[in-house]
Amino acid sequence: MKGFDFAGFLSYFGNGFLWKGLLVTLWLTAIPMVLGLVLGTFIALMRMSKSRALENLALFYIWIFRGTPLLIQLVIVFTGLPQLGIRFGVVTSALLTLTLNETAYLSEIIRSGFMGVPAGQREAAISLGCPPWLVIWKVLLPQAFRLMIPPLGNSVNGLLKATSITSVISMEELMRRSQMLMQEKFDVLEVFSCAAVLYLMMTTVWGLIQRQLEIHFHCESVPVTEA
Amino acid sequence: MDRRTIIQFEKVNKWYGTFHALQDIDLTVKRGERIVICGPSGSGKSTLIRCINGLEEYQKGRIVVDDVEITSNRKQLHVIRQEIGMVFQQFNLFPHMTVLENCTFAPIWVKKISKSAAAELAMRYLERVRIPEQSHKYPSQLSGGQQQRVAIARSLCMSPKVMLFDEPTSALDPEMIKEVLETIVDLANEGMTMLCVTHEMGFAREVANRIVFLDRGQIVDMNVPLEFFNNPTNERTRVFLQQILR
Repeated sequence: MKGFDFAGFLSYFGNGFLWKGLLVTLWLTAIPMVLGLVLGTFIALMRMSKSRALENLALFYIWIFRGTPLLIQLVIVFTGLPQLGIRFGVVTSALLTLTLNETAYLSEIIRSGFMGVPAGQREAAISLGCPPWLVIWKVLLPQAFRLMIPPLGNSVNGLLKATSITSVISMEELMRRSQMLMQEKFDVLEVFSCAAVLYLMMTTVWGLIQRQLEIHFHCESVPVTEA
Repeated sequence: MDRRTIIQFEKVNKWYGTFHALQDIDLTVKRGERIVICGPSGSGKSTLIRCINGLEEYQKGRIVVDDVEITSNRKQLHVIRQEIGMVFQQFNLFPHMTVLENCTFAPIWVKKISKSAAAELAMRYLERVRIPEQSHKYPSQLSGGQQQRVAIARSLCMSPKVMLFDEPTSALDPEMIKEVLETIVDLANEGMTMLCVTHEMGFAREVANRIVFLDRGQIVDMNVPLEFFNNPTNERTRVFLQQILR
């Protein structure tokens, strides 16, 4: 039995190679999250639009990307599409797939946020002569956003861990770099324990940030005071 | 159309699925007129005034407001809505904006007037509804009566030609009804054209030029208040009045 090399475990925390992987994990989370929020808003608006065609298109998108494993989507984009002559690099494939996948989930969060705003808010705004974009942007979105923050926080947490899946297409984020380190001395338990702690650190810090956001945007209070 | 006419209903019909909500509504409102609409619940009162600014669509007939036909044409609707103020039962103030911002929002973004001019305008109307001192509070910090007065001021900031009130006092505690009705009476005395759906018969008697009685989607009676209350000729009006004026 090999046992647990505690000193070796601690030494990995000083390993620059791993920390650079952590940095990659961070932007691999941030970029798809931001792009997903933008795209997700469009998908949510399509889903809520009066046009049946747009609604069905949005439904189809959500159905596909929420209904299949991220791992398969990733493999299809990186390894499968070249068969059709469509080639993306590792980084592009990872960012593209994570964004498309996350968009499907985010659009549903965004839609539920909009649905949480009382219908009277829209009616009051259009009665004042506001065009649709103004109603959405200045009246509904700020109120919907407050309802979206708690579930969005969950999404960030989930995505942060899901980025580890991109290691299978050799994206050098924290997970992949841990595997590479492991190959040197076969310190399986020590390296991956260190990686797990690093992931835990990131999700913990995010949890604290989320808590502050919720306080800042008064998520605990009832969003709209109806009589 | 007569120049003095501001709102004209011509044989307006509306269905919710198979439910016939409005049946052959004919109604002409002249500039400066004050109309109170009453009737049992579910009779179509709210639906009728919500058709005037296109919050509800109708399927047959025609509604013309200030020479503009209310259709599903979005551009046209958004222009005519600026001239029609609407006050809701639930106030519907924007909770993420202060009282002042609620009032300056549409003037700044829709009418494109400057921030300072909009603030000045808003303060003038907040004084008129007698709550200028609350301008920097959020709606949730105000009483129901105060919120409804802000909602009235918010509408007035767009300088509407007509004001629609959809049961403006129904969601209020009894002690706050008076302050809101007084505000509406003030507005009436200044000559504002208004249509008001309400169960406040004392108010109807005081301010209305005409009372429209709606039952099961039809206008079954329409008269000046004195005749409407004292000599109701219509049987259904009589039954309704007996029920509400114990």
